[in-house]
Amino acid sequence: MNDAMVRAEEVRKSFGRLEVLKGISLEVRPSEVLCLLGPSGSGKSTFLRCINHLEAIDGGRLSVDGDLVGYRQSGDKLYELRDSEVARKRAEIGMVFQRFNLFPHMTALENVAEAPVCVGGQHRNAARTAARELLGMVGLADKENAYPAQLSGGQQQRVAIARALAMKPKLMLFDEPTSALDPELVGEVLDVMRRLAQEGMTMIVVSHEIGFAREVADTAVFMDGGVVVESGPPAELFGAPRHERTRAFLSKVL
Amino acid sequence: MRHPGRWVAGAVVLLLVTIAVHSVATNPRFGWGTFGDFFFDHRILHGVVVTIELTVISMAIGIVLGVLLAVMRLSPNPLVAASSWTYVWLFRGTPVLVQILFWSFISALYPRISFGVPFGGPELLHGSANAVITPFVAAILALGLNEGAYMAEIVRAGIISVDEGQTEAAHALGMTRLKTMRRIVLPQAMRVIIPPTGNETISMLKTTSLVSVIAYSELLYSAQLIYSVNYRQISLLLVASAWYLIMTTVLSIAQYYIERRFSRGASRNLPDTPLQRLRRTVFSFRHASVDVSGASGAGR
Repeated sequence: MNDAMVRAEEVRKSFGRLEVLKGISLEVRPSEVLCLLGPSGSGKSTFLRCINHLEAIDGGRLSVDGDLVGYRQSGDKLYELRDSEVARKRAEIGMVFQRFNLFPHMTALENVAEAPVCVGGQHRNAARTAARELLGMVGLADKENAYPAQLSGGQQQRVAIARALAMKPKLMLFDEPTSALDPELVGEVLDVMRRLAQEGMTMIVVSHEIGFAREVADTAVFMDGGVVVESGPPAELFGAPRHERTRAFLSKVL
Repeated sequence: MRHPGRWVAGAVVLLLVTIAVHSVATNPRFGWGTFGDFFFDHRILHGVVVTIELTVISMAIGIVLGVLLAVMRLSPNPLVAASSWTYVWLFRGTPVLVQILFWSFISALYPRISFGVPFGGPELLHGSANAVITPFVAAILALGLNEGAYMAEIVRAGIISVDEGQTEAAHALGMTRLKTMRRIVLPQAMRVIIPPTGNETISMLKTTSLVSVIAYSELLYSAQLIYSVNYRQISLLLVASAWYLIMTTVLSIAQYYIERRFSRGASRNLPDTPLQRLRRTVFSFRHASVDVSGASGAGR
């Protein structure tokens, strides 16, 4: 099976002496939406950040679209990629952060058009036209000249999604995209993500939004203590969890 | 009286100011006549131009060097980071006056300076150190290299102040380390870098006066040359001081507007400039007086 978009085999990661990922294995097929759940400290965000090499893994193998993440294999040896090569790979993967991380010194439009111009080498006007379209798609056509500080949390996160989409990624990573939002702003962000899933985007979502996972995800994965406890279709995982730890967690968040 | 303390303090301050002004105006030794005679003297004006030149060039060297050293200091390569640290240690750890003297006496250390392949390879350019390192070059080198050490720390503080999430977001979009630095981190670091850089520029303008020790005719040395002939030390030092004050005042105003420009995006609305505030006060005052006359008119 080499047609997986993301393939993790026994992925390990430690911060100093603390082992955060203790051998994660999972697969994400193209156009699949996978939801990662688990208590804080379970390693789900760390795993997500390994997928675009924001964190380097210490063991196991991790590949995106058939290519190893952050390394090149030559014979039996792995060589770490150079900064520019890592950057080129990252450009193919979109990421949305819990705290939005919009560039505060740029307007919404400039935020979205920045990477296509500065990384993709697109012409400035073409990038701005495309950026306008993306802002329209997330329902913020009228906010293109607003600075992030002038936008609500939900609006900022939608700009952040548009910014990630501007690089036409083949995979989108969402790191708790709604956790920093006021409850009434969560819906507008989930709506955009739902539409993205319907259009066939491959997505890995770290989230506590069980409703969203149940409705949109193809697979739900429950992690705890740096390992995958169980995974399966959301209806099964939420409806009839097999493990005690999953049951205990779900009883708290449901 | 609602604030008796304020009135007392005001009276004391007023009295002290009056005493000072009276003394300055009536003490003939200030030599205000000589002050006026030499204020626009061509030698003084030339000194002013040279001081500005030294300040601009030294600050330019210092800022470029500072950014370079700061980025080096934050490099993941320990050798690069350590060389930056050593530079700052050396140039910040010795007095700038000593450094000025050192550069002016450099020919004692290296009588001949050449560019080419080291260890006996062919030379591309060469000349005697006395010809290459003129007092001007010595001054620029001393001030610029010294400033680089201070600017490095200022730029580093600015870079560190930018949220790590910014770097992560830029990396996730596919920007390389350098591009992230140039497009995302440095523009945001500017807000933290600019106020102390303004202070450094103002400080540099005054530090250039140290160059007088190597007989380079910037503003102070120009004044010294004149008083060494006419013995009007006080008047000429006052002329120099007045020019320094004028220049630092202009720089302070420039600094205010540059800071404003770089705080875009940091707060929702920029505060008014003093000029805008003045205009609005005058405008609202006029409005108020119109309202009052309208009201009294209606009352009649």
